[in-house]
Amino acid sequence: MISVSELTKVYGQTVAVDRITFEVPEGQIVGFLGPNGAGKSTTLRMLACYLPPTSGGAKIAGYDIFHESDKVREKLGYLPENCPLYTEMKVEEYLDFRGRLRGMPRPERRKRIDYVVERCWLGPVRNRTISHLSKGYRQRVGLADALLHNPPVLILDEPTIGLDPTQIRETRRLIRELGGQHTVMLSTHILPEVEAVCDRAIVIAGGRIAAAGTPEELRASRRMQARVLVECRAPAKELKSVLERVSGVKEVELLDSTGGDSQYTRAAARPREGYDIREEIARTVIQHGWPLRELRLEHATLEEFFVQVTASQAMARTTGGAA
Amino acid sequence: MKRATVIARRELTSYFCSPIAYVAMALFLLATGIFFRNDFQPGQVAAMRSLFEWMVWLMVFVIPVLCMGLLAQEWSSGTIETLLTAPVDETDVILGKFLGSLTFFLILLTPTLIYVVMLALYASPAFDLGPVLSGYLGIILVATLFTSVGLFCSSLTRSQVVAAVAAVAILSLITIAPKIASEQAMLPRFWRDLSDQLVFRRYSDFSRGVLDSAHFVFFLATTAMFLFLSTKVLESRRWK
Repeated sequence: MISVSELTKVYGQTVAVDRITFEVPEGQIVGFLGPNGAGKSTTLRMLACYLPPTSGGAKIAGYDIFHESDKVREKLGYLPENCPLYTEMKVEEYLDFRGRLRGMPRPERRKRIDYVVERCWLGPVRNRTISHLSKGYRQRVGLADALLHNPPVLILDEPTIGLDPTQIRETRRLIRELGGQHTVMLSTHILPEVEAVCDRAIVIAGGRIAAAGTPEELRASRRMQARVLVECRAPAKELKSVLERVSGVKEVELLDSTGGDSQYTRAAARPREGYDIREEIARTVIQHGWPLRELRLEHATLEEFFVQVTASQAMARTTGGAA
Repeated sequence: MKRATVIARRELTSYFCSPIAYVAMALFLLATGIFFRNDFQPGQVAAMRSLFEWMVWLMVFVIPVLCMGLLAQEWSSGTIETLLTAPVDETDVILGKFLGSLTFFLILLTPTLIYVVMLALYASPAFDLGPVLSGYLGIILVATLFTSVGLFCSSLTRSQVVAAVAAVAILSLITIAPKIASEQAMLPRFWRDLSDQLVFRRYSDFSRGVLDSAHFVFFLATTAMFLFLSTKVLESRRWK
């Protein structure tokens, strides 16, 4: 449904998006994941026909984003970053304006407005002025607008940013429900969001695709990055040497944040690939008679994940270049 | 074209939500009211010629204020992105904004018709309606040119203040400056000829009741040029 090939955007000297290629099949929800400034919004803006690509291209629903941008824009519902709206208008008035702009005839417009208002839980604010609405409601107005003409493809730029936890959950559920009937592409910098919502994730860093796969695959590669935190009443050096001898432990690092309690030692053990070292560590610590206060698996933060993914990618490139 | 009217309608309704539009409207009517009071005296000629010329002066300031938000606000709030990712092209947007703004100015102008009614009632001997009609026609043509200049300035910047100041500067240069210059007796011939070509001299023909096709061509062509330039500014994001 969305097919992107070698898409590139250069602003002056900076390469914002660097030869990105991917496909999104019909009905799939794809998460575009990356730190700020990775090129997510730029890519989505190009797909939404707001910015032209410097080189490369993309097709949405079979139409070229550059040469047939009229057709693409008809097939597309787009929620820009920060959800800009005409704040002096009322919710219904705004949706009506957007429907007219898309050339929807009156009866259809009426029907669709009723539908999206219900779908995006806008009922209570239907006749309110947008400037008086909370951020959460505004975001939903933007989403309602994107859905208004029942487009086969939805492009949502950070749809949950600025929402409170309840609204985030509701919005995610809504997007989940939209998958199947619509092909959805959303961007986010929150890893759990992709896991909660998307069928597939594309990780982008520095304008390039750093990793792609199902959320499970991403989670697995993240687990490799995990470390086990141990906090127990034991001498630091001894704890370190004991932990290092536990089978499956790759390296041990002593941490100093024990909350001012000098009797306790805190250490982080990194497992070898494919090992779950928690049980073994617990047993060893107990065997030594050290009171154990905390033992937990800590996943890599998204930032570490990106660092790792991009570093391994850079390494692959240099070794590939050498060979 | 249908999409342009949708945009025009939205633009027009949004004026009625904006305090600045009301302030501009109030000031315009207050000022024309004062000028009318000066003319509307026993013994004066029952004509609106001097009032019309004052209106052009006022429009140099009022129209930029009405137009400053047309696109500058879209740039600064980001709504331009939602607008242009709907299936509309740049020409629709520019035409829509232009028509919306011009319509608001025409609405603003309608209360001045009360002066015509008053003159008609009190003038003796009966006053001549012809120059009044041509005067209004001229005002509308001047408004189309001024609106297109205001729209053009608004397309260039995110700041409404910058847009308004730039538009006032351009309009002063083509309206007020030549008018003042042409009153100087020692003006070199080139400058006198040039100032005759610009807005004020052309407008004064309309206010005298002279309809010259050259003036129509001047106003419509310059309007078209500024609208065309605005469209190109909107499109220019594609060239970057």
